Amino acid sequence: MTITKLPTTKRRKLINLRNFPGFNPTAWFVLFFLYSPLLYVVIYSFNSSRIGAVWESFSVRWYFRVFENNDIQRALKNSLQVGFVATLLSTTLAVMAALGLLRMKRAGKAVAIALIGAPLIIAEIVLAVGTLGLFIAVGVPLGKIGLMVAHTAFCIPFALLPIRARLSQLDMAPFEAASDLGANERQILRRITLPLLAPAIFAGALLAFAISIDDFITSFFVAGPGATTLPVYIFGMIRSTVTPEVNAISTLLLLFSGSVLIGSYLIQRKRR
Amino acid sequence: MTAATAAPKSGSKSKSKRARPGQASPKLAYLPIIFLAFAIGIPLLIIVVYSFLEKPSQGTGVKWVFTTENYQALFIQQKLDGTTALDTRYLKVLWTSFSYSLITTIVTLVLSIPVAMWIATRDARKRTLLVALVTLPFWISILIRTYGMRQIIADEGPIGKFLGLFNIEWSILYSPPATILGLIYVFLPFMILPIYASAERFDFRLAEAAYDLGAKKLTVVRRIVLPAIRPGVISGIALVFIPALGSFLQSDMLGGGKTNMVANVIANNFGQARNWPFGSALAVLLIMLTLLFVLVIQGISQRRGDKVELV
Amino acid sequence: MVSNKKRRASYVAALATASALLLSACGGESTAGGGEAAATAEAGAFPTSGSGVVNLYNWTDYIDPEQLKAFTAETGIEVILDTFDSNETLLAKIQAGAVGYDVLVPSDYMVAQMVDLGLLQNIGVNTFPNAGNIKDNLVDVYWDPGRSYSAPWHYGTTGIACNFAAEPGCENIKSWKDYFTSGLPKMDSLKDQVEVVSAALRATGVAGDDLCTTDTAKYIAAEELLAGFKPAVIESDGGIERVTAGTSNVRHAWNGSTHRMTVENPDVQFIYPTEGLNLWADNLVVPVGAPNLDNAKIFINWLMDPKNAGTASNFSGYDNGIKGSDAFMDDALKSDPAVVVPADKVALLSPLPNCGEEARELYTQVFTTWQDSQ
Repeated sequence: MTITKLPTTKRRKLINLRNFPGFNPTAWFVLFFLYSPLLYVVIYSFNSSRIGAVWESFSVRWYFRVFENNDIQRALKNSLQVGFVATLLSTTLAVMAALGLLRMKRAGKAVAIALIGAPLIIAEIVLAVGTLGLFIAVGVPLGKIGLMVAHTAFCIPFALLPIRARLSQLDMAPFEAASDLGANERQILRRITLPLLAPAIFAGALLAFAISIDDFITSFFVAGPGATTLPVYIFGMIRSTVTPEVNAISTLLLLFSGSVLIGSYLIQRKRR
Repeated sequence: MTAATAAPKSGSKSKSKRARPGQASPKLAYLPIIFLAFAIGIPLLIIVVYSFLEKPSQGTGVKWVFTTENYQALFIQQKLDGTTALDTRYLKVLWTSFSYSLITTIVTLVLSIPVAMWIATRDARKRTLLVALVTLPFWISILIRTYGMRQIIADEGPIGKFLGLFNIEWSILYSPPATILGLIYVFLPFMILPIYASAERFDFRLAEAAYDLGAKKLTVVRRIVLPAIRPGVISGIALVFIPALGSFLQSDMLGGGKTNMVANVIANNFGQARNWPFGSALAVLLIMLTLLFVLVIQGISQRRGDKVELV
Repeated sequence: MVSNKKRRASYVAALATASALLLSACGGESTAGGGEAAATAEAGAFPTSGSGVVNLYNWTDYIDPEQLKAFTAETGIEVILDTFDSNETLLAKIQAGAVGYDVLVPSDYMVAQMVDLGLLQNIGVNTFPNAGNIKDNLVDVYWDPGRSYSAPWHYGTTGIACNFAAEPGCENIKSWKDYFTSGLPKMDSLKDQVEVVSAALRATGVAGDDLCTTDTAKYIAAEELLAGFKPAVIESDGGIERVTAGTSNVRHAWNGSTHRMTVENPDVQFIYPTEGLNLWADNLVVPVGAPNLDNAKIFINWLMDPKNAGTASNFSGYDNGIKGSDAFMDDALKSDPAVVVPADKVALLSPLPNCGEEARELYTQVFTTWQDSQ
């Protein structure tokens, strides 16, 4: 058996997509670009000087200020309360929508998808001012409850994304088997569908929570006194005082987001 | 909410498609839809309705008198001396939003394709780490990211100080380039991740095979790699352009508090300027433009055979 | 709101005299003397202690968080602070139905407007225990004669802050016209329609007492002047930091903010434009529907104490409307020509325009035209 080798002239300029010219430096540049502002925020949160830009000496006083700051604690509490409720509601509604959408007729499905996907397409400012108008027209006091409703609404599409993706990947075999064995729809739902969807539901909830916690525009317009969330408070701080205290809060939030991300990744790895 | 309890084998009484086991009743979706009709549908309706109403004399709210003056005000200016003139300001605001978003999309695209491909061609463990690195900023509040960018590009920030060593003037903050830079920074992960998702699924051996068969490097990229990642590219373009068009924070924090982009003007009209009807008209215009863009994207994708799904 | 020119002129003169009185520093004459006798009779009706919270809606960076903590320590009432950046923003928020605020801090003309709109509660400030501390010339003010709706907070002027070392062009800015036409880099403007438009009107020759004119020709001239004015930043908040850090060198600024800039950097000075400046007086009021009315009263009364008023002034950089507070105010404040109006500049001051609806619409139109064409 002879094995003929192809002519080797071109092989000397072996294409290696792993080393496509320019990709390596671009990638490193982009990573550097993505992280340098964040690194700056972290580093300068330890700046003892009140004027952010000039480095004086290392100090953790701003972190003490953050922990002593009642307004921040209040804002954090509001953010968490709104976040938890919005996550709970939006994930539940998203699961219901995902399951219900499977068999909806075309017309209804189009309307449903339009309503669900609206926050993804339409600029947040539009929905924020519209929600403000709604609350005022209906007479809903601008407070935490209204904020929870608004957050739930725009969190639903985010919670829905992983769930829909997972649903479309599900193998029908377990369902057919269960049905053959006499299970009714409710049992199938409870004991097969939901457990199979669990990781996706969890991912959706996490996404919804992150979206709610970080939300600014809607919270800025719709929140009234006493319902200030953390991003709105930080925005006010950036507007007015611009001390490294803002960097300190930002660093803490960074740590929080990072841990949530790592945590969810580890949990997902364990489940697999 | 309970799903239909009819035995699955019996003939389906509902008019919907024949139910397969595990597919719950469409009625499950009713509650979410009703909730969203209230929480999303009605606000949008209110915006549309308000855009046709008059501004009350004392500012906030609306006067229930039908008028098209708000839409006229988008293009025509009632000047103080009583004359009317073509008002280019809001057209300019729309153009600014459009062009900033376009630039942002193009720059992020140009940067993301190499990055996504590079990550996709690393070995498995490095890949996971790199993806996590790219994903992390996505999870950090846009407010904080924009604020970090503001500190970096400030006149007296690190870049300014570094260039100052060479006596190069650095004064970019509170100007259009600053806003665009902020947009690029914030939306970069939105472009990288979908393209990476496509790139990851691509079997690079195809590219190598093509090269072995005699194709030039560039041809390989153009005719094999790029078409393969096209779905990701299109997702990325949509995920960057649409939010950038409606963005508020970057122009507000980096552009000097000026009402450069559409979202800022809308926000101002619902705030200090107290002209809800006009703000609503602008909002309707923004919605129309966004929908137009979405239809364009859908048309392009469908023509090429890709399936486009919103959620 | 009908403007009474004569009354306003005497109010300005009185206010200016009051600020000039600081120079003599013979402050501590009267303590909570006069009104207390009358107030004691009603003392039973005034809440003396409280618990819970009071929701304060104030200008950004206008009250010291440390002072709020001191208030909590003394009274047990916690203060929740929310901020706004202009009178119009305040009005927009309250009119949009933001109930839940207990104390607001509007400027003089805005108090008048809000009383007209029925947005404020008549809390009877003149019956408060500390009511006697109100400076005599601030008791019968045009927006609240006899002081039943509002208590005096800080008062000041709005001019131009300039960093003379960083920006040599500061030497040539002597008037509003200079400011608007200078074309200097690193220039801030206030995001405040009354301040910006009135300054533009002054720059085009409108007299200080005619700032509520309904003559559109004057507004057209102002509009034309503003058309060429393109500052780097249009923001009411954060100005002190920007100038101190060097991001801005020239700023349309309130005198107290400028004082704080000068303290950090003596190169920054306050300029009194030759065409005239606005004199404004801020107030503490309680909106209709305030959830914690008693706590609001306690808070307002507390701030009418000379020591607390003086401490507040030390933070914000402005003079205040409480007798005897200058005993507690820093010397730096009392010796700054930005805060204590020099005798030769007193004539330049005129009150912030409190205009009728037609003029207000014109102001809005000029401001939005300018802002939206940046």
